[in-house]
Amino acid sequence: MSTEPRGKRPGRPSIGSGNEPSGRRPQKMTTGRFGLYAFLVITAAFFLTPLYVMLATSLKSMPEIREGNLLSWPIAPTVAAWVKAWSTACTGLNCTGLQVGFMNSVRILVPSVLLSISVGAVTGYTLSFWRPRGAEILFGALMMVAFVPYQVFIYPLVRIFSYAGLNNSLAGIVVVHTIFGLPTMTLIFRNHFAALPNELFRAARVDGAGFWRIFGQIMLPMAVPIIVVAMILQVTGIWNDFIFGLVFAGRENLPMTVQLNNIVNSTQGEREYNVDMAATMLTALVPLAVYFFSGRWFVRGIAAGAVKG
Amino acid sequence: MPARSDVSIRGVEISYGPVRVLERLDLEIAQSEFLVLLGPSGCGKSTLLNAIAGLTDVDDGQIWIGGTNVTWHEPKDRGIAMVFQSYALYPRMTVRGNMSFGLRVAGAPKADIERRVREAAEMLRITDLLERKPSELSGGQRQRVAIGRALVRDAGVFLLDEPLSNLDAQLRAELRVEIKRLHQRLGATMIYVTHDQIEALTLADRIAVMKDRRIQQLGSPDDVYLRPANKFVATFVGSPAMGFLLGKLGTDPSAPMFEAPGVKVPLTGYAFAERPVAGQGVELGIRPEHVLHGDGDIAADVEMVEPMGSDKLAWLRIGEQPLSIRLPAETPVARGDRLHLKLPAHRLNLFDAASGQRL
Repeated sequence: MSTEPRGKRPGRPSIGSGNEPSGRRPQKMTTGRFGLYAFLVITAAFFLTPLYVMLATSLKSMPEIREGNLLSWPIAPTVAAWVKAWSTACTGLNCTGLQVGFMNSVRILVPSVLLSISVGAVTGYTLSFWRPRGAEILFGALMMVAFVPYQVFIYPLVRIFSYAGLNNSLAGIVVVHTIFGLPTMTLIFRNHFAALPNELFRAARVDGAGFWRIFGQIMLPMAVPIIVVAMILQVTGIWNDFIFGLVFAGRENLPMTVQLNNIVNSTQGEREYNVDMAATMLTALVPLAVYFFSGRWFVRGIAAGAVKG
Repeated sequence: MPARSDVSIRGVEISYGPVRVLERLDLEIAQSEFLVLLGPSGCGKSTLLNAIAGLTDVDDGQIWIGGTNVTWHEPKDRGIAMVFQSYALYPRMTVRGNMSFGLRVAGAPKADIERRVREAAEMLRITDLLERKPSELSGGQRQRVAIGRALVRDAGVFLLDEPLSNLDAQLRAELRVEIKRLHQRLGATMIYVTHDQIEALTLADRIAVMKDRRIQQLGSPDDVYLRPANKFVATFVGSPAMGFLLGKLGTDPSAPMFEAPGVKVPLTGYAFAERPVAGQGVELGIRPEHVLHGDGDIAADVEMVEPMGSDKLAWLRIGEQPLSIRLPAETPVARGDRLHLKLPAHRLNLFDAASGQRL
């Protein structure tokens, strides 16, 4: 929030004004530049090829796939594999495709994202402004736990949840995602709030605002950018989760990632590569969309949540 | 105007962990008084202000406002309003929103809010800014809004925490006058924290000069400027700064005398606070504008001349010791000149060389 008006940039000096830049104009295309672009093109191709192969394969029929031209574009493109992956592919015993998994993932995603961001925002706000006794220790502990591999927690959590009756339920998986989102969410919100002037908080207290009013009316409206970042991190993270969904969601609520695995790894009959590819693409659609549409926000998200991406 | 708005600080102590910030501090601030807390950064002046506001808990002692012990009251229940150095305007609200926030929190009737915001805005001439966001305002306008937000609260005590420090020199002078006018008009008690001695001297009824967790001197601007209680106050207040000569007191008790190499100053007429001890090591302090020249018997060489517009400051050397003198701008003086100085006894300040306390 700078107080000065933005300085006017001097315009480009006109020719003949006696004010032109002196010396040789810098060359547009040097060898170094050429190398740089070549490297970028190769890298892009390297990362795009698998995507291309997946897309091409998903649009082929099985006989065409058996011909073995992995890189060729389908002669007669068909979306049959996509339709099958979505509605009739067999995930274990059920043959209803991925649509059930998609809906499950959405049902897990929405409350998990909302809850984890809310809890993280309130925790970050409390830690940076109200500084309760032991706040530093709590924050330190949160950050340390963030580095412990998830797998370590699974067995104890299963035992705790079975006592609490949360195993194999939607509530259970939402709670798990909220807990494991807490360190990152707290970190990014705490850092955001810590960068705000403390005088703002004190002014609000003199004005008589309490804990929730300061949070809701002063701090949260200032946290919109960081909320967007948090949403990007949580949507991609929770959508891509496999192991928590498998362990905690229960058979009725298995997320799309788990269903995808069931389709791809089913061992009966011929392996339908086109369906597998279509199913994989369908599952990846949500995070892909997030990456595409969030652009610079996503980069900020990675920077903000530097502890884990 | 609330009935009473005097402030009483009684034996307040504050520590941040192992660091003691304020030490058994007592201070009585009268109704409608303009008190300035002046000191270098880290002297505890802002901490004291925050304690009065209720934003910092005290470890010991009591704070009374308007005859009520408010030591453990919430900030909003103390009858105070506060203005901050960084303005602390709520960035997502309009000026109107900022100014009315406190009243809305308190659930005041809409018409009442409307009227008080309008009155405060008129007083500060910011009526045409009411629908703007803080980011669309200049620094001076922002601080006006922040003052307006405090006015709307209708408090008896205003706490101002370095309100002008973020502004450029011209705006600072302008708003300084504005604040003084506001104080005269409202008759509210004002407690003003600053490290700028000019602000302190121009605004205050009384100044409390603070350093090292304590009040070093409490007195009128004249007291603090002309009769500093110790060497710290003498150096901190006044610009250009007071000059000092190190020496000792003469041995003749009937005709007290300051003696240093090349300097002999008779002290007849100096108001000693206590009986001087013959031969005691002292520092003589004198403000540049009080040094006389012409027929004196102290020889001083001019080392440098600083023109300051209305007058000029000459840096002198007396034997080995530096001193400065303030001269009218038209005085013909240049580097290498020799002046003959006179140091009038009633303008002197003598400090014990060891303790720095005024004699």
